[in-house]
Amino acid sequence: MSRRVGLEASHAAAEAAKMANVDVIAAYPITPQTHIPERLAEMVADGELNAAYIPVESEHSAMSTCLGAAAVGARTFTATAGPGLEYMHNVLYVASAMRLPVVMTVANRALSAPLSIWGDHSDAMSVRDTGWIQVFCQNSQEAFDMTLWAFRVGEDPTILLPVMVHFDGFHLTHVTEPVILPEQEKVDRFLPNFHYPFALDPDKPMTLGAFAPPDIYSEAKVAQEMVIRKSKAVIIQVFKEFGDIFGRYYHPVEPYQTQGSKTLLLTMGSFSETAKTVIDMKKDRGESVGLINLRLWRPFPFEELRRAVKDAETLIVFDRCISFGGPGGPVSSEIRSALYSEKEKPKVVSLVGGLGGRDMSAKDFEYVIDRGREVAEKGSEELYETVGIRDKVSGIRG
Amino acid sequence: MTEKRLKTGSDFTWRNLEVGNVITETGNAALRRTGDWRTQRPVTDVEKCNKCGLCWLHCPDAAIKPLKDGYYESDLFYCKGCGICAKVCPKGAITMIEEKEE
Repeated sequence: MSRRVGLEASHAAAEAAKMANVDVIAAYPITPQTHIPERLAEMVADGELNAAYIPVESEHSAMSTCLGAAAVGARTFTATAGPGLEYMHNVLYVASAMRLPVVMTVANRALSAPLSIWGDHSDAMSVRDTGWIQVFCQNSQEAFDMTLWAFRVGEDPTILLPVMVHFDGFHLTHVTEPVILPEQEKVDRFLPNFHYPFALDPDKPMTLGAFAPPDIYSEAKVAQEMVIRKSKAVIIQVFKEFGDIFGRYYHPVEPYQTQGSKTLLLTMGSFSETAKTVIDMKKDRGESVGLINLRLWRPFPFEELRRAVKDAETLIVFDRCISFGGPGGPVSSEIRSALYSEKEKPKVVSLVGGLGGRDMSAKDFEYVIDRGREVAEKGSEELYETVGIRDKVSGIRG
Repeated sequence: MTEKRLKTGSDFTWRNLEVGNVITETGNAALRRTGDWRTQRPVTDVEKCNKCGLCWLHCPDAAIKPLKDGYYESDLFYCKGCGICAKVCPKGAITMIEEKEE
């Protein structure tokens, strides 16, 4: 029997790692991710989970340990947040380039300074180009589902890539919500044992992570690029298989009330749920608005996004990160570039908010939609605007 | 038996690289000519050499080989010309001379 229990996203992700029967966990505690490794350490100590829990002295070591574990063919899990993700930054590239399918949950946190332990997407955006498959979650159930799904996608023998599962620090990591935990039998059916074809073996010596002179590095990078692009088909297939077994179907781009809507709002992570409430309110008042929840961040779902927005007049992209001196919110600039050569496309308005744990209420999202529409109607060439700040800054242009 | 040849970049396209650039034929470092960027090369004056073997001990690339007669010889396939052997030789028997194109 499946069980419906109250869990915060942190514990939901830990449950998923446990049900995935991970072999190795190496993690360094950092707010707001702490509950994930704490819970897993407890499971290992109590004998609930037969895994090696390796305490490490830093996030750089955590990820390095995960690489070593994955290289011997262990199913490997870790978790981090904000500055911890930055501290392991260079090792992230090694995991993807060496095709080691580590799964990592990231409790999204702002970056210092000023010191902030609260949530935004600055950490996630800084690791955009590390070659990891990346998805965002809206709630605790998704934190469970995406973590489980991540093992299956990453370990697919045609893919073998690490996967990052993002969920918002505090808004999800520390909020208890109902989560359906499936039967172990179903999990085992969805997620077979991991067989790494290049596992280190003394009887079959191989060199992993070798040096590459200029005459081979480019080829190695192109091979990596081609596999992550190819992974989208597997991602979609595994979303379907997940749905067929567990009854919850996910998609790279998830439209909500978009049919015939002139204005669309695009959000990622937990804020999508608040935004949906606002869409419902506005729809009731007869406004032509819809929402797009962008679940898959890497590989970027170009086709799916274009299809979802092609009939809209305005697309308001809400970012939780500033690209300093750059083209606006990082998500909005990607979307602008994804739509650039399309004949039929909405006007893209970039609004930034929810930085460093600043709450975004339903009322704030009402403002986001109204302001976005206003900017689009004025035909403003503004790059972006930060919402909800005192003494508003307007007119930032490129 | 065919002679082992070190694979180079031009043997690969992005399509036929192993997953994660794994090298499945190991122990191939001996095939790599590491001496090709040497600017100086050691020359031993056997009149001064007392066969102490310090050059052989100190060579960071194991490029110095003991000979049957007790003397030592640099293998220029591997020698990078660092000059450590000349520095440690207590008899001053090793001189670094400039590598010139012949």
